[in-house]
Amino acid sequence: MTAYLPIPPAVAATRSYWATVWYQLLRDPMALSITFILLLIVSAAVFAPWLAPADPYKASMLNRLLPIGSEGHLLGTDELGRDMLSRLMYGGRISLLMGVIPVLAAFIIGTATGLLAGYVGGKLNMAIMRVLDVFYAFPSVLLAVAISGALGPGMSNSLIALSLIFIPQVVRVAESVTTQVRKLDYIEAARMSGAGAFSIIRVHVLSNVLGPVFVYTTGLLSVSMILASGLSFLGLGVKPPEPEWGLMLNTLRSAIYINPWLAALPGVLIFITSIAFNLLADSVRTAMDIRR
Amino acid sequence: MNSNSFPAAPQDRGGPAQPLLIVRDLKKHFPVRGGLLTRKRQFVHAVDGVSFSVPKGKTLGIVGESGCGKSTTARLIARLMAADSGSMIFDGDGVEEYGGIHLKEFRRNLQMVFQDSYASLNPRLSITETIAYGPRIHGVPAAEANRLTRDMLARVGLEPDQFGARYPHELSGGQRQRVNIARALAFDPRMVILDEAVAALDKSVQAQVLNLLQELKDERQLTYLFISHDLHVVHYLSDHVMVMYLGEVVETGPVEDIYSQAAHPYTRALLSAVPSMDPDHRTQLPPLIGDPPNPIDLPGGCRFRGRCPHAYPVCETQTPPLMAVGVSPHHLVACHMNNTQSGHPNSSHEISA
Repeated sequence: MTAYLPIPPAVAATRSYWATVWYQLLRDPMALSITFILLLIVSAAVFAPWLAPADPYKASMLNRLLPIGSEGHLLGTDELGRDMLSRLMYGGRISLLMGVIPVLAAFIIGTATGLLAGYVGGKLNMAIMRVLDVFYAFPSVLLAVAISGALGPGMSNSLIALSLIFIPQVVRVAESVTTQVRKLDYIEAARMSGAGAFSIIRVHVLSNVLGPVFVYTTGLLSVSMILASGLSFLGLGVKPPEPEWGLMLNTLRSAIYINPWLAALPGVLIFITSIAFNLLADSVRTAMDIRR
Repeated sequence: MNSNSFPAAPQDRGGPAQPLLIVRDLKKHFPVRGGLLTRKRQFVHAVDGVSFSVPKGKTLGIVGESGCGKSTTARLIARLMAADSGSMIFDGDGVEEYGGIHLKEFRRNLQMVFQDSYASLNPRLSITETIAYGPRIHGVPAAEANRLTRDMLARVGLEPDQFGARYPHELSGGQRQRVNIARALAFDPRMVILDEAVAALDKSVQAQVLNLLQELKDERQLTYLFISHDLHVVHYLSDHVMVMYLGEVVETGPVEDIYSQAAHPYTRALLSAVPSMDPDHRTQLPPLIGDPPNPIDLPGGCRFRGRCPHAYPVCETQTPPLMAVGVSPHHLVACHMNNTQSGHPNSSHEISA
């Protein structure tokens, strides 16, 4: 009894949202080249034990502050005569971890809290959001320094400090999107189907909240890396002789008049990596901005 | 499409004479936020004592201008919003009462199609996922739910192979509304609330969807609660019409009685505002003047008196009750002119429409 319109036998394949985003990213030359640079930096850090030309801890008083391009030391040596290239590769492991872990923690904890606050709404939302507003009262760098200072120096403490800074920001994004989504008719339709709150959040809310939160947190990667380096520079992060870009920048500070290019190397790496994260976040944002 | 392919239809409990849904004295007042120091709490009287019943297999049309409480009534019935007071009886069982029908079971029997076809579909789910979600919630296995989804899509006129894997933004408004209908019917409900379900569609698409709704109703013995501001559409689909004004029922009756001999001045004004297809029957009366009063501080007495051409002092002092008018005992009107005891000077004689 139902008459279909004539349809072509070959049915156009439709992609899911995330497949479309992925396809868009693959077609973006900017995203591809940025990804290539990031992969280069990340793999240099990950495979440092096999790739590094020298032991990053082995000091040599005779070969201190060798310039870039010296024999046997491609990127020179630091103030204790340790090979810069090796130290930069090993340092990337810690610096990148310090960039990624707080953001990942904030992404998970922040999204969950934001979903809860946004979906339940009312007084609970008020309580959660106003408490988190307290964090906004302080500049984030100052807060990171204060928390790390209170917890004492060390890598795990700076990770905690950084996570605590990012969580309120992620919560705010997740909460505002959830509040918008919650009022839409498809949530009402899902409630009409007799589904419980957990199922509605998992199937209907999360799929729509994850996108904007993801875009926001990719932008936090570079901030986290810079803040982590800053903490180490101030002596609140990792302790010497551990190689870490921020800390290396600090210890090479005294050499800035002797060998400025060498002293700038860790800073250059921090700069390149954070710019790369930022540009990648930009590309992801553009790719995700398809009308859906 | 044979209906054997669906889970067994929920049983008819009360028999044919038992109305499918009885709503008694439904009320919803929204508090208005005043200043921090304001003592008096004010309320918007969105729905103020609405009572009606819908017989099995019939369609009740609810009409009224924007803000009269039509959609709030729908959401109260669907329990998407908690009512301040009032009770509902679904086929003889009290809804969410001791010994009555549970909310989850009630919602399986009562589904809703929303006005905004785009906002009522999750943009991240494919059409198949959207329709299969409901049956899955009610414990239907995945394979069975997918088969049901294909059947439903085919039934509403969408080729399952072509549309099942698509996403809402890839469909037209009419197609999306068909998906919404398919989703509602996948529960095999006994009653469907259509909240302005065709209002956002083009006229030609609207006609197709209305015909589909009519076919489905006959095929599955559905009962509709059809909410609309389009009087033509209500006339076409409804058996019974209820006219609302500012949260109250002002007139209710069988569709032909309402459209041929409307007794309430508001209903007459609504009907005269409908453009006529016949040039010999042009609209002669001036349309309704002014806006409805602020629902926060409502006038006492008849709520319509501020805009009524027949308003008299009695309309200010006494609220007109719903009373039978004319031949049909089901045609009720809340107007003093209909009540010879009210003291309204026009009440004794017939008023020409």
